[in-house]
Amino acid sequence: MTPYTVAFAGNPNTGKSTLFNLLTGMRQHTGNWAGKTVITAEGEFTHNNRLYRAIDLPGTYSLYSNSADEEAARDYIIFEQPDVTLVVLDATSLERNLNLALQVLEITGRAVVCINLIDEAHKLGIEINLEAISARLGVPVVAISARNKIGIEALLDQIERVASGTYTAEPLHIAYNEEIERGIAQLLPMVEQTVGRSYPARWIALRLLDGDESLMASLQNRMNSQTIPDPKEAVRHGVTACH
Amino acid sequence: MTKPILIPLSEAENGSRLRIRSIEVQGVLRRRLLDLGFVAGNVVEVLRRSPLGDPTAFRISNTTIALRREESSLIFGERIGGAQI
Amino acid sequence: MESLPATKGPDALQSLLSAAQKLADGGTIRDEIVSGIYGVSAEICAEAVSYQDRKKLNSTYKLDNIATSRIWGFPIMLAILGVVFWITIAGANYPSSWLASLFGFIEGYLTAGFTALHAPDWLHGVLVLGLYRGTSWVISVMLPPMMIFFPVFALLENFGYLPRVAFNMDRLFKKSGGHGKQALTMSMGFGCNAAAILSTRIIESPRERMLAILTNNFVPCNGRWPTLILLASLFMAGGAATGAFRTLTTAAVLMGMVLIGIIVTLSVSWVLSKTALRGVPTHYTLELPPYRRPQIWKTILISSKDKSLNVLTRAIIVAAPAGIITWILGNVFIGGESVLNHMAAFFDPFAHLLGMDGFIIMAFILGLPANEIVLPILLMGYMSSGAMVDIDSLGSIKEVFLSHGWTWLTALNMMLFSLLHYPCGTTLVNIYKETKSLKWSVLSAVIPLGIAIGVTFAVAQLAQLFGWV
Repeated sequence: MTPYTVAFAGNPNTGKSTLFNLLTGMRQHTGNWAGKTVITAEGEFTHNNRLYRAIDLPGTYSLYSNSADEEAARDYIIFEQPDVTLVVLDATSLERNLNLALQVLEITGRAVVCINLIDEAHKLGIEINLEAISARLGVPVVAISARNKIGIEALLDQIERVASGTYTAEPLHIAYNEEIERGIAQLLPMVEQTVGRSYPARWIALRLLDGDESLMASLQNRMNSQTIPDPKEAVRHGVTACH
Repeated sequence: MTKPILIPLSEAENGSRLRIRSIEVQGVLRRRLLDLGFVAGNVVEVLRRSPLGDPTAFRISNTTIALRREESSLIFGERIGGAQI
Repeated sequence: MESLPATKGPDALQSLLSAAQKLADGGTIRDEIVSGIYGVSAEICAEAVSYQDRKKLNSTYKLDNIATSRIWGFPIMLAILGVVFWITIAGANYPSSWLASLFGFIEGYLTAGFTALHAPDWLHGVLVLGLYRGTSWVISVMLPPMMIFFPVFALLENFGYLPRVAFNMDRLFKKSGGHGKQALTMSMGFGCNAAAILSTRIIESPRERMLAILTNNFVPCNGRWPTLILLASLFMAGGAATGAFRTLTTAAVLMGMVLIGIIVTLSVSWVLSKTALRGVPTHYTLELPPYRRPQIWKTILISSKDKSLNVLTRAIIVAAPAGIITWILGNVFIGGESVLNHMAAFFDPFAHLLGMDGFIIMAFILGLPANEIVLPILLMGYMSSGAMVDIDSLGSIKEVFLSHGWTWLTALNMMLFSLLHYPCGTTLVNIYKETKSLKWSVLSAVIPLGIAIGVTFAVAQLAQLFGWV
């Protein structure tokens, strides 16, 4: 059985690396001295006898601002298409953190949202209604504390459900204003024809409207180095964003 | 009805709170500021200046973000609470 | 292979992009995309998150009233730096000499073993005096300080103090044309310059990132700490000083070195941003995360494993062959003198201008692959040149130096040279990988080298002019 891949995305300072270290323990290979995650780290963990390959993406506030880190994180999610993208959020500043989760959900529905530092939030008198968030986002939402090992099993169960395809739900689609939606509708068929169906066409159309040239450069690179993947793969990877 | 007086964040004194009204920046910086919660309508609190006078730390969306004068002078807001004109 | 229709080729992307640009009417659409997302997340939060008392949220930031205050901000930074050095030096002192005696003790048995087996002298030389000694010095001198420095530093990092340093110092970096986050990449440099080069990715603007890359070397990395610590404690603390006072002076000297490094960093950034790297400072945003109590044992364990041991393995991998090479160079004779002596003699006149000697310059040249091995190579060079001293304690290292005519000036200039000279081979390779520019990679070695030569030359000439040595 090939291992499932899980990409860890999240804002800086959310304890993403703490969670990554907790899960992969000493089974990770970063050759270099790097304090906080700058260099993408890789590791492994097992859950229910199944092997998972974990990739720690650089901590980013967004996938849209085109710093080197954000491009790396974005390209990994789009091109490597991990089985699960785990979005780690800071419970004490959810509003800002949710932005990134929403951006990820626009790319892929194969995501689990993990609200870290929940104990810290309780201490500060913050109450979070997980069901409400999960209902809106359409993907599993788990509250954990990586440093105090709270909620880790539940998180792994949800990762497994999404990875194995047991959990399928429609992730939230942000309905933009009429003008944007019209633009997306016009671009969508062209995008699908050009980049094939293995990439999230709606999202790419949206980025095109935004004039995201760095994404175009990445796509171009990608397309120069390989032929366009068979549309059948799209079904296997279950990219939900195009319809 | 009086028109609210807009001041740049860089001019607001420590401890004051402002509601952001406009962000006069374009491009990547605008995007970055929006990412960090500097969005029209949001409330920002001026926390403190660095020991050397600049940058300034702001409290926004339950996070603390430091901006230099170059950036904070382009974000405009109206005072809320406290010193009202 | 079927040929792809135009709509599927990479060229099609360009036409797509221009089609999209026509649809997007010059900017407002972009804001609406972001505010669309932001609106949804604000909406979700309003629905799902409730706050008992918003004031409580600010409680973790109270410490900033002191840590970043006008009066205490800088004194606290210096004090923390000093304390970290003090803990490192005081703590490493004994384990270092224990390790040195242990390795010396084992060496005795190894030599006895070789003698018993009637092994040829050259074999004993290569394996014991070269490989074993070189490696064991690196371990005993490097391991203890690194086992203390890295965890202490990681604790500070996990506590959340480093962004405050960047906040406090930003204005200095701005004045010199750099980015405030350069303070963060410099902090990384204390651990390892090669890794710090990669960490400059957090700086988005290419110009400021290049500044951070080119100047990172002026922060002493773990490979240079042992050299600095050893020389400072042997030569700077004064002959009579012992115990706590010695540790304190050593820490103060190291802090001075770091401050010199910072001043050079700022000056070089300033000059470059006025010349080759001109440009407007780009935008700056820095998050000050809440202070969090670090998980002490976990941090210590992980940083010991990840950092100390990795650094050490690298040091040993490089030190072992270097030990052998140095021994061979010191024991192959041409015209009655060893190759090593010939080389040292060649550099000697130049080195004297800089207040050092030919062996030191040669050690720096041979030490290009890794700064960790500069000191071992130097010692091996000295020992192979006749003055055989049995090194079983750190104190006897000083005798080796003194017997080769060292003064405080030699030590100071070697420290300065070590602080300022070109980065190690690994760092240079990383610089090339990150900048993809041969020109900047070469400059990143040439600029520091020029400064190192200039500074040591000035110091040596001044000291001799005023008759201080």
